Amino acid sequence: MRQFTYERATSAASAAAAVADNGNAKFIAGGTNLLDLMKLEIETPTHLIDVNGLGLDKIEATEKGGLKIGALVRNTDLAADERVRRDYGVLTRALVAGASGQLRNKATTAGNLLQRTRCPYFYDTNQPCNKRQPGSGCSAIGGVTRQLGIVGVSDQCIATHPSDMAVAMRALDATVETVKSDGVTRSIPIADFHRLPGDTPHIETALDQGEIITAVTLPPPVAGRHVYRKVRDRASYAFALVSVAAIVRPDGTGRVALGGVAHKPWRVEAAEADMPNGAATVMRKLLDGARTTEENEFKVTLAERTLAGILEETKG
Amino acid sequence: MVGTAAVSVAAANAGASAQAQSTTATIDRHSTQVSFTVNGTRRELTVDNRTTLLDALREQLALTGTKKGCDHGQCGACTVMVDGRRINSCLSLAVMHEGDEITTIEGLGTTSDMHPMQAAFVRHDGFQCGYCTPGQICSSVAVLEEIAAGIPSHVTEDLAAQMQVTDAEIRERMSGNICRCGAYANIIAAINDVAGRPA
Amino acid sequence: MRFDTPATNNPIDQMKVVGQAITRIDGPRKVTGTATYAYEWHDASLKAAYGYPVGAAIAKGRISSMDVQAARQAPGVLAVVTAESAGKLGKGSLNTATLMGGPEIQHYHQAIAVVVAETFEQARSAAQLIKVDYVEAPGAFDLAAEMENAVKPESGDPDSAAGDFGPAFEAAAVKLDERYTTPDQSHAMMEPHASLAVWNGDELTLWTSNQMIAWNRAQIAATLGMEEDKIHIMSPFIGGGFGSKLFLRSDALLAALGAKAAGRPVKLALPRPFLMNNTTHRPATIQRIRIGAGQDGRITAIGHESWSGDLPGGGPEAAVMQTRLLYAGQHRMTAMRLATLDLPEGNAMRAPGEAPGLMALEIAMDEMAEKLGIDPVEFRIINDTQVDPEKPEKQFSHRQFVECLRLGAERFGWERRNPTPGSVRDGRWLVGMGVASAFRNNLVMKSGARVRLDREGVVTVETDMTDIGTGTYTIIAQTAAEMMGLTVDKVAVNLGDTRFPVSAGSGGQWGANSSTAGVYAACVALREKIAQKLGFNSTDVTFADGEIRSGNRAISLAQAAGDDGITAEDTIEYGDVSEEKQQSTFGAHFVEVGIDAYTAEIRVRRMLGVAAAGRILNPITARSQMIGAMTMGVGGAFMEELAVDKRRGFFVNHDLAGYEVPVHADIHDQEVIFLDETDPYSSPMKAKGVGELGLCGVAAALANAVHNATGVRVRNYPVTLDKIIRDLPRIG
Repeated sequence: MRQFTYERATSAASAAAAVADNGNAKFIAGGTNLLDLMKLEIETPTHLIDVNGLGLDKIEATEKGGLKIGALVRNTDLAADERVRRDYGVLTRALVAGASGQLRNKATTAGNLLQRTRCPYFYDTNQPCNKRQPGSGCSAIGGVTRQLGIVGVSDQCIATHPSDMAVAMRALDATVETVKSDGVTRSIPIADFHRLPGDTPHIETALDQGEIITAVTLPPPVAGRHVYRKVRDRASYAFALVSVAAIVRPDGTGRVALGGVAHKPWRVEAAEADMPNGAATVMRKLLDGARTTEENEFKVTLAERTLAGILEETKG
Repeated sequence: MVGTAAVSVAAANAGASAQAQSTTATIDRHSTQVSFTVNGTRRELTVDNRTTLLDALREQLALTGTKKGCDHGQCGACTVMVDGRRINSCLSLAVMHEGDEITTIEGLGTTSDMHPMQAAFVRHDGFQCGYCTPGQICSSVAVLEEIAAGIPSHVTEDLAAQMQVTDAEIRERMSGNICRCGAYANIIAAINDVAGRPA
Repeated sequence: MRFDTPATNNPIDQMKVVGQAITRIDGPRKVTGTATYAYEWHDASLKAAYGYPVGAAIAKGRISSMDVQAARQAPGVLAVVTAESAGKLGKGSLNTATLMGGPEIQHYHQAIAVVVAETFEQARSAAQLIKVDYVEAPGAFDLAAEMENAVKPESGDPDSAAGDFGPAFEAAAVKLDERYTTPDQSHAMMEPHASLAVWNGDELTLWTSNQMIAWNRAQIAATLGMEEDKIHIMSPFIGGGFGSKLFLRSDALLAALGAKAAGRPVKLALPRPFLMNNTTHRPATIQRIRIGAGQDGRITAIGHESWSGDLPGGGPEAAVMQTRLLYAGQHRMTAMRLATLDLPEGNAMRAPGEAPGLMALEIAMDEMAEKLGIDPVEFRIINDTQVDPEKPEKQFSHRQFVECLRLGAERFGWERRNPTPGSVRDGRWLVGMGVASAFRNNLVMKSGARVRLDREGVVTVETDMTDIGTGTYTIIAQTAAEMMGLTVDKVAVNLGDTRFPVSAGSGGQWGANSSTAGVYAACVALREKIAQKLGFNSTDVTFADGEIRSGNRAISLAQAAGDDGITAEDTIEYGDVSEEKQQSTFGAHFVEVGIDAYTAEIRVRRMLGVAAAGRILNPITARSQMIGAMTMGVGGAFMEELAVDKRRGFFVNHDLAGYEVPVHADIHDQEVIFLDETDPYSSPMKAKGVGELGLCGVAAALANAVHNATGVRVRNYPVTLDKIIRDLPRIG
């Protein structure tokens, strides 16, 4: 971990300004991913701005009947919030499927969205990685790929986004609220928030330098059974091989998003019309154009069967 | 921009919520004075900004009950309670704990006056090599509190119902604490014992 | 004391203390965080600086240049040591690769430098500043591809044969010929390898985390070119080992080199992401098993071949050993072949040989039982043998293998198993049961101890034996207490210090039996000394209730000790008795698993382990060894695999997020049964070991249960959902 200077931010805009002016500065909130990466010098900020004191730790009802989740709301608190449990069950389910109790106590809403990939080649600084070192090549392609992406991948990167929470938020059509150093705010639909790797896998989100997440807004509750199924080898404390966030109405229609398959939470709205026709039909559209390896092609079958299980379970 | 964080005087007792720039005394640009309470004792120390809470406890305060198993949030051996909540102290900077109340394994009990959970671990042989044990015990104590507080888990069937202490709930919530010696079944027995449930 | 005739009645047989369920005497320290591990000696006078290792970024080749200038000049840095600046280093006979690489690089993350700084943060940061250029050399990283180049190892008894396997197998009425694979596995103990080195002139004091400190002393002497008597090693608490800490590793060497260079005590722990490629692992195997049997289920021919790889100079994973002894069969062969691989060094991990060997053999037995239409428990019983099948003149000292199977089957409810695969459903779960045999040889090792009786009537035991979580402190206290007629609170135990008599150390599941036998020997000597001092006839004294008694005379031990106390020391040494009979430990594992009918997720529902392993010295700690091993077996069956990048030659998933081991949620009901037995051929303790036996066969029982649940037979570990999902029944 390189040396860095440290300050506690007093307002979101001033924090944003501090980072906007300094390409080597980073925000720190929970720190559960950033410090992990800093120890390995995958992240090498020379200045850290502690945003924990910004008061962005509340969950408030919006005028439109939704919820505004402060960027600093801890994963535990978000999962435990009575309104979230009642009206956005898929989000609570996704949150508690992630990490461990200890990590969820620190990890924040914004930090969870900004998690970086768990691709093992990204994590080993001796290995070429276009995400870590643009232009160096992707050593995952042709390597050990069982955990890696099958849709939306590129010749430069096949990493996946590791979040569970974000998958549920994608299914819920959440919006990411931000502020820039000049005080200008943005509302970024979560569909546009995470990017596909393309030729620039090191650019992972729609955020500009210095732009800070202040909240995530959920639209009014979506009726139906809320389910989050995370499939992994061990029973807990592991990243998803495949996860499925689904909201299923009694007539079989609904929404579905996938985790563990792409560089972002994966949802294709056009596929959802087929939900009453069964998982296979949905997956044909949802995973259209999938590019798998021998080691991870099972994810196609697994996603389909996982959704099939959900559709069966939520029938009638 | 770098360097503007360098600030003036020590005001160790000011809460973290006060004006940031008055609570942080920067010794050189890369070190900071920080003050927190550990097991009821106020501690003031100067830390390299890079120092994790774990290393501050182990190396500066010589509280080595809290263990470093992976240093990356992958094992749970470093679990401590901060302001009543368990966290992985390896993934938290010491400098970010200004004013916090920290409880480590040493704060739960001593060999002559063990915390009920510590005594239960001995009774049920909830450990072997002992290295993950302080983290397991801190988590065990916290898990019962989390269930009592109604915080849901991955195995909670009904998110609206009153949370129950069950084997499944304990196992799931303890899963962030790895025990390679494989004492899991005995740890569950110890926790159940403290929770007043039949083993 | 020489042990060269089978044990007769002795004070241990009283079982007043030995064999009793006594909680660990070191327990209160461990649960309060006051047990001190290698990195935690904070004596202010030590003022240890911090070492941080640098590892090779390539698997094979040569360092062409190395620039340490920036690191040397970094804040707080006290020293940087590389192979070039370390001076001439030897290599211990127990290391395959050198612990300090350069210029030649033998494997990925081989240590090539250590940076010493005032603080951990400074050392870690400066280590990143070392710039290294390499010339990479092509290497061999793929065991399957290297099979044809594998050779017969020069030592280690690679082949065995009896009868005429080939024709007998061909002629068998029912035949199986299958290939199985087991992956590279990591010990993944919770405490990383760690050491604190302090030089005083030419003398080295080392606090380290090591299972075998006498070996360690010899190895560090060889590596640093020192006399052994200049080295003092202490290892009183060890945060798990499982074989990973049997040998001198880079943490101790780098700490010693760093301390020398910095002129300061230095402590160093291997960073977790570095550990898996830097240290040893259990090597992968490819195994071919052939079994021929008559329709009656009697095995007529059994053949087991195993291929594994290691660095040049390394050895094979001895995966065929159990097959030489476990089942009857007139015609038999085993063979081990060794390929050269440029992956990190392969070496012992818990139950080396038998663990991966039984992972394969016990699936084969399940498959064979299915072909024969015989219940898999019964098939194993039919093929029991009471003699070494390769040397029928040699009997087992005690073999209650069939009893383990029968008792286990009864307790587990095996009769409820539906032999038709894929036929039991519980909600969304496909449910199956599996069984496998457990087998591990019983090894005995010379072991010494010193015992001192003081005027408080307290006996203090000193031995360089280690407690890696096995319960050594407690069973040694129980042994001394039993021998001296005391309760355990009147016994103090000091372990893990090279100033103490050399013991068996912790390895090969020999530790419990051998080290307590050493304490037994020392206590016999102490009893004689006490009797002598009091003028008692040592043949008719008894020690009970804190007294020595002879006839109607009784004197308290405190009084007998007097102000000077009495000290005795002895070592148990084994004569031919351990060769006369084949000594082994036996068991059976029964498991039930559920497989999600949709996702193919595999979850263990319940496990039962039955063991016949001689006298159980402490049912609490022995049971913990068993459940711990069974838990590790769940990992071996369903998740553990060091994934090899066959292009770049390294284990890719080199941390505890990537290398998954079981967590709490993976482990449900576990039950353990020990058969009540003693084995007078093993030692005066009549005990054997369970720490490795408990792992043997577990993974295969689980794999067999997956087959019973689903009908899908997976022969390549780990058995993960991707290997079964396509063959599950269609849904929807």
